[in-house]
Amino acid sequence: MKVGVWEAFLLVLRRELALSFRRPDQLLQPLVFFLIVTTLFPLGLSVQLSLLRDMAPGVLWVAALLSSLLSLDALFKSDADDGTLEQLALSGQGLNVIVMAKTLAHWLVSGAALVLVSPVVGTALAIPEAAFGTMMLSLSLGTLTLSWLGAIGAGLTVGLKRGNVLLSLIVLPLAMPLLIFGAGATDRAISGASAAGALYLLAALCVLTCTLAPFAATAALRITLE
Amino acid sequence: MWTWFYKLASPPYVFGVAAALTPWFFALAALAIGYGTVAGLVFAPPDYQQGDAFRIIYVHAPAAWLSLFAYTTMAVAGGIGLIWRIKMGHAVAAATAPVGASFTLLALVTGSLWGRPMWGTYWAWDPRLTSELILLFLYVGVMSLRPAFEDPARGDRAAALLSIVGVVNVPIIHYSVLWWNSLHQGATVAKIGKPAMPGSMLWPLLSMLLGFMLFYGAVLCIRVRGEVLNRERQATWVREAVKSR
Repeated sequence: MKVGVWEAFLLVLRRELALSFRRPDQLLQPLVFFLIVTTLFPLGLSVQLSLLRDMAPGVLWVAALLSSLLSLDALFKSDADDGTLEQLALSGQGLNVIVMAKTLAHWLVSGAALVLVSPVVGTALAIPEAAFGTMMLSLSLGTLTLSWLGAIGAGLTVGLKRGNVLLSLIVLPLAMPLLIFGAGATDRAISGASAAGALYLLAALCVLTCTLAPFAATAALRITLE
Repeated sequence: MWTWFYKLASPPYVFGVAAALTPWFFALAALAIGYGTVAGLVFAPPDYQQGDAFRIIYVHAPAAWLSLFAYTTMAVAGGIGLIWRIKMGHAVAAATAPVGASFTLLALVTGSLWGRPMWGTYWAWDPRLTSELILLFLYVGVMSLRPAFEDPARGDRAAALLSIVGVVNVPIIHYSVLWWNSLHQGATVAKIGKPAMPGSMLWPLLSMLLGFMLFYGAVLCIRVRGEVLNRERQATWVREAVKSR
């Protein structure tokens, strides 16, 4: 039976989501990590609201980057360990499509969930409600871009025994521009200025990685699989 | 042209050529750097604003330029290895990475030494500085990915792919002083029309740049020979080459 490209994409996506929702603890852990890390900063630094507000964008973004990174390691790992990934690669569908579906699923359960929790963290960090829209939009664009970049890193390190630290070492430098523009957009929104410029740049980075990163991630997987 | 390209894929040929080129590169580098040092440190007039402190540019600018050049070399060599499966491409990429990382570090250190008296701080979170620091991290990533694989061929290809992905940073560094309002000064040498520098300052700088390139070539030749010896240690020609010494 020949399955179309779109159908294959949806099948893999549904499989990934079903697998994630059957292990709710793995779904929740990065979110709890995100909450805990953002709680650490006010405790460690100062509970002065004005100071907190100045640091909030940076804290929020660094915590978001780290917590998405936590779940990246698992993106291809379990499928590579039990041989599913080889079967998917041999299925006759382009590996591209499969990588895209898996990465999108990763973003839906890590990045998108993080965006939904961010208003709570924003309130705790004294970010004004007027800035929530920009904060959530910038976080969605940023985490999606990070998932694509992370797919490259995860593809490169999937065959390694202790690839977790190396994965961070590879992905974080590539993610630094995201942090700059993302925290910049949130910062401008907090001070009431227009964040359009930084948001456009984030969107441009997102489009760039959406179109190019699947090819790089596929090539990375082929290197480690063959 | 193509036969020459194919010859470069052969380890013994590369080994020989690198050995023959090394003394030439070193001699010419010594000439260019020698002239650049004397003319830059002694004969060039002090800057009207910065005084003698500007002279660090004769190390800083060539090192920064080489950090980008070496990265591009690494990515192109890795790409050649990845696309045409030429092992020598990977050998050149592996030999380049630590040299490029050293140039990046040198550019950062000389820049911050200059920044202390001029900007009043060793470090500023400026686009040019930050992107150069990211370049250093990219070098470190590539250098730590390669040996992480048990199968060296796989590590080569993974490192090549990562360095190609990281190439996006190279134009960002180069244009960062144009795109953002940067504390770092804008382009002074590579400007269309007249460079914003008198000849007595410019010629030593260009000479230093050439000298650094030649020095990089010499070091690369030596390192490539080491890589070839290590990678081909099972080959008979290596045993014969070592024995004939």
